Amino acid sequence: MNSADGSVLAKPDQSLATQSLDDMSRAYAFTTRLDDLVAWGRKNSLWPMPYGTACCGIELMSVMGPRYDLARFGAEVVRFSPRQADLLLVAGTITEKMAPVLVRIYEQMLDPKYVISMGACASSGGFYRAYHVLQGCDKVIPVDVYVPGCPPTPEAVLDGVMALQRMIAKHTPRPWKDQWKSPYEQTR
Amino acid sequence: MSKLDNIKTDLASKFNTANYKFVHAFGDDVLEIPKEDILPVLRHFKASQRFDFLMDICGVDYPTRQKRFDVVYHLFSSKDGSRLRIKCQLAENDWIDSAINTWVGADWFEREAYDMFGIKFNGHPNLRKILTHHQFVGHPLRKDYEADAQQHCTEPLPIHFNNEPGVDGSILNDRYVPLNIGPSHPAMHGTLRVMVELDGETIVRANPEIGYLHRCFEKMAETHPYNQVIPYTDRLNYCSAPMNNVGYCKAVERLLGVEIPPKAQAMRVVLAELSRIIDHIIAVGTGGVDLGALSAFFHLFTYREKVYTLFEKLCGSRLTVAMTRVGGMAQDTPEGWFDDVLAFCKDMRGQVDEISRLMLDNKIFIKRTQGVCPVTATEAVQWGYTGPLLRASGVNLDLRKATPYYGYDALNFDVPVGTSGDIYDRYLVRIEEMKQSIRIIEQICKNPPSGDYTIRDKGIVLPEKKDVYGNIEGLMNHFMLIIKGLRPPAGEVYDATEAANGELGFYLISDGSANPYRLKVRPPCFAIYQSFPSVVKGAMIADAIATVASMNLIAGELDR
Ligand code: SF4
Repeated sequence: MNSADGSVLAKPDQSLATQSLDDMSRAYAFTTRLDDLVAWGRKNSLWPMPYGTACCGIELMSVMGPRYDLARFGAEVVRFSPRQADLLLVAGTITEKMAPVLVRIYEQMLDPKYVISMGACASSGGFYRAYHVLQGCDKVIPVDVYVPGCPPTPEAVLDGVMALQRMIAKHTPRPWKDQWKSPYEQTR
Repeated sequence: MSKLDNIKTDLASKFNTANYKFVHAFGDDVLEIPKEDILPVLRHFKASQRFDFLMDICGVDYPTRQKRFDVVYHLFSSKDGSRLRIKCQLAENDWIDSAINTWVGADWFEREAYDMFGIKFNGHPNLRKILTHHQFVGHPLRKDYEADAQQHCTEPLPIHFNNEPGVDGSILNDRYVPLNIGPSHPAMHGTLRVMVELDGETIVRANPEIGYLHRCFEKMAETHPYNQVIPYTDRLNYCSAPMNNVGYCKAVERLLGVEIPPKAQAMRVVLAELSRIIDHIIAVGTGGVDLGALSAFFHLFTYREKVYTLFEKLCGSRLTVAMTRVGGMAQDTPEGWFDDVLAFCKDMRGQVDEISRLMLDNKIFIKRTQGVCPVTATEAVQWGYTGPLLRASGVNLDLRKATPYYGYDALNFDVPVGTSGDIYDRYLVRIEEMKQSIRIIEQICKNPPSGDYTIRDKGIVLPEKKDVYGNIEGLMNHFMLIIKGLRPPAGEVYDATEAANGELGFYLISDGSANPYRLKVRPPCFAIYQSFPSVVKGAMIADAIATVASMNLIAGELDR
């Protein structure tokens, strides 16, 4: 480029840039299948959306909190928006009144998406065999990992997250996940 | 002359008391009157300032009786701490006058009685379902409704505002912007849902919708033996679970007429005060998060974890402890536990100051909370506020002082009282209460009482394991109690304790069988939350979020 006085400004050394890129591609070789690489990336950057409704939600705060620190597992960014999350952490009792809301949130998440059901209530209705409690959130959405306990200890939740990471890495998603249809489709 | 006699002569001068019944049952004063007299009598008590609080209204179902429902009103006087229960009988399709013009706080309690039993209140502006979902048919707390008869809900409820009298709530005003917040919304706590109509950022009207965590606690209590109800009580206010255990067991013990030993009392007080601290930690910490201050949350939760460690050491579990049993505690304290608690208190004392520096002295925090959505003392009493929120409004009422239990009267502590009832005052009161709780705990732990941790009544408490496995008598005793269950005499009590966010009351009816016949909980935040639409009217949307946070709403006890 010519400046006003006609002198020529030094150009960046194009050849050097290509050279260094070239070196890098020689230095790092990705000796894996592409889908394994993608799975590795997915498993280490889960973005959880906490769906805490009850006591388990409080314990989930402890999992996120200073001592147990879920961030160590790459699941760092807690997002309360389904559009920004790929892991739905259902923590707490889901009542009949809440079930349609849960389904809508699950629908709004973008693929690929995973669900961890934390605690007895979310997994099976827990000890609430009662008229207003949904007997497990898998009645309406597909679940990948169930964490037992009432509430589960934070260690158990971390174990559940690690189990999910192994599933993602080994490409073993739940088979019925792809066939999932909204239970309310007929009524919409 | 007893209090009941006083009431008797007082009423006789005004009403025709020929068919009134005055009963003194298990230490409670009870008045049974015909339904026409309910409203005049309530008005009379309020006007003469005999009773200033309407604590609860609930229904009871006796399907075999000709007039099948009991409607029960619980009154409380802040002057002398006395209580009165007024009951009347009602037939299936009958109605009763609504108390809403006498106490505004009757609003949600009447709606709940309608939802659960189908009791109709004449003159209630907005008598519709509150806890069950909108497609639900029937009244679940009636004895002829099966406990596990689920009815599915297939679609969420659209935005509506029919909590204002004389307005069709499903018609939205197109000059305003309707906004739905929650459930499961970034700015809202878990299951809470508020629908607002906005003029710019100002709230024109608001409508809270609850019941998203209605887990049928009361029905579950009716279908479980007394001791098995304890884990369910844990899950009412799960931020301070041990306090609920204590409240429930205290009610059952009163019905049984037993007094627990000093060691058990001391353990319960220590557990309750530790829970008060962690409950306030949640209120202050998440309140900060709602105002955009995340670091306080992380800082405070370190101390919550320390309390959990103490619970873990005591009973092996963290959040839901179920540590009390009817008649005492489940087990003794481990070696040196009281010393651990003392060490924690020493640590915590400095931290409370740090927290108040971090939060309350923060300029942004002050600006966002001072003078925001204040509630006056009169309004607070009208709505049935209790606990820190009532005290923040300037009413000095704490059940630990007004009607002391478990030796609170022998302990040294102060009750902080606010002036303006704004959000800032609520946090100030909470912070001060944490300091006072530390004081209480230290007094007990420095000199814990010795002796047994439970009574040894064979009809109430299970024998120790060494007896169960060691001799035939212990085995039989264990066997009988498990199979037959613990059976209090027929009767009813209302018993209240000062929980972290207010008066936690248990109204317990026994018919002499192994399960409670009816267990009504009076959750503190239920009465508080019903005032929300009128408190935030005209405020900014961000202030409404701050208000919700300061109310310390726990969905578990709000919806039960
Ligand atoms: S599993 Fe237990 S702790 Fe978790 S929400 Fe249910 S009752 Fe609460």
